[in-house]
Amino acid sequence: MDSHLNELALKELLYRIADDLLILGHRNSEWTGIGPLLEEDIAFSSMAQDKIGQSLALYELLHQLGEREPDVVAFMRNADQFHNCQFVELPIGGYEFSLIRHFLYDHSLFLRFQALSNSSYEPLAALSRKLVGELRYHVLHASTFIKQLGTATEESISRLQSSLNEAIPYSLGIFEPSPYEKELIDDGIFSGEQELFHQWWSVVNEILGKTALEISQVDQELAKTGGRLGQHTEHLQPLLDEMSEVIKLDPSAEW
Amino acid sequence: MVSTYQKEDVLLWLAEVMDPEIPVVSLIDLGVIREVSVDAKGKVMVEMTPTFVGCPAMDYMKKEVEQVLTDHQVKDFEVNVSFESQWSSNDITDNGRAALKKFGLAPPPKYQLIPDLEILDQVPCPYCDSDNTTLNTPFGPTLCRSMHYCHNCKQAFEQFKPL
Repeated sequence: MDSHLNELALKELLYRIADDLLILGHRNSEWTGIGPLLEEDIAFSSMAQDKIGQSLALYELLHQLGEREPDVVAFMRNADQFHNCQFVELPIGGYEFSLIRHFLYDHSLFLRFQALSNSSYEPLAALSRKLVGELRYHVLHASTFIKQLGTATEESISRLQSSLNEAIPYSLGIFEPSPYEKELIDDGIFSGEQELFHQWWSVVNEILGKTALEISQVDQELAKTGGRLGQHTEHLQPLLDEMSEVIKLDPSAEW
Repeated sequence: MVSTYQKEDVLLWLAEVMDPEIPVVSLIDLGVIREVSVDAKGKVMVEMTPTFVGCPAMDYMKKEVEQVLTDHQVKDFEVNVSFESQWSSNDITDNGRAALKKFGLAPPPKYQLIPDLEILDQVPCPYCDSDNTTLNTPFGPTLCRSMHYCHNCKQAFEQFKPL
């Protein structure tokens, strides 16, 4: 790396994506066995496996930059050391909320990895090129279901709309700027949260335009931020406790 | 000391390492083993990359490769897993495609640049070759498989996803 500062900026970026993937992967896995239909049960389980595996690949990159081993980083930190946005830690709620979150979040992730495919940090660029291919399936899945259920019945539309209203302020927190925004952009590591937000906004609205759903109003003041700085809702710590139950009982256990 | 084996020998040994989930396709035909080299002192280097980043079988496959090298009395070897070259379903050899089909798994169509996911909707059935099929879900029993239904022979089948 060129300088100390660049490395801090890069690590912060890697942590925010890796932590998002780990936590959302864990949330998705909560659908295993209780999905509303078999295919959706499998889809959410499969995406959970993808996301947790992708977080591992990012924690490996962090490990190569001098951070601790992936298992230690994933299981031994407290909530205030996590850089994920608050959106991903919210409970799964009803299927309609999980679907809306999957739609809003995964489109941002797909666009993020597309941007990072050109990162000046080559190990991240290589991994991102790979992940874009995999995430095409996640966004295809999300958009298909949103288009179907968002035009289906009065009940499906009103339930999705109310989840969308609830999710929007949290989804804005995905794009909470990094303290190193300028360094990331100047060094060509990442094109920045603001640009990502604008791309995401146009994609999400284009798809919602084909449904009866709409984003009524967006007030950036209401954005649920703080997650990137370690400020979380009351839902994160219990999730971490559950995730690390085995390793804390017996750090040498294999599972 | 001059080594008693060449790259070709190592490739032959490794051709016997199969995908643990699809035991009819070798890791070489699948494209998971990217590069094999043998240096002047007989040290063997094997480069591998997973099909899907989150593939839970990757560690297992790496160990299998190491075991085969050990079984053939290779003393010095290094097996690396990285994303330096990224796996795509185009990397599956013709041999591998034929084996997938025989196994009852529709091989991924070859594509140029970016796969158009609409091709998922008319995947030729591996049992009767009809393309009167529909995609049930892009997610199947493993990360690399999607699930389909053939209206001609009225059977569900899986496809190795294009990636």
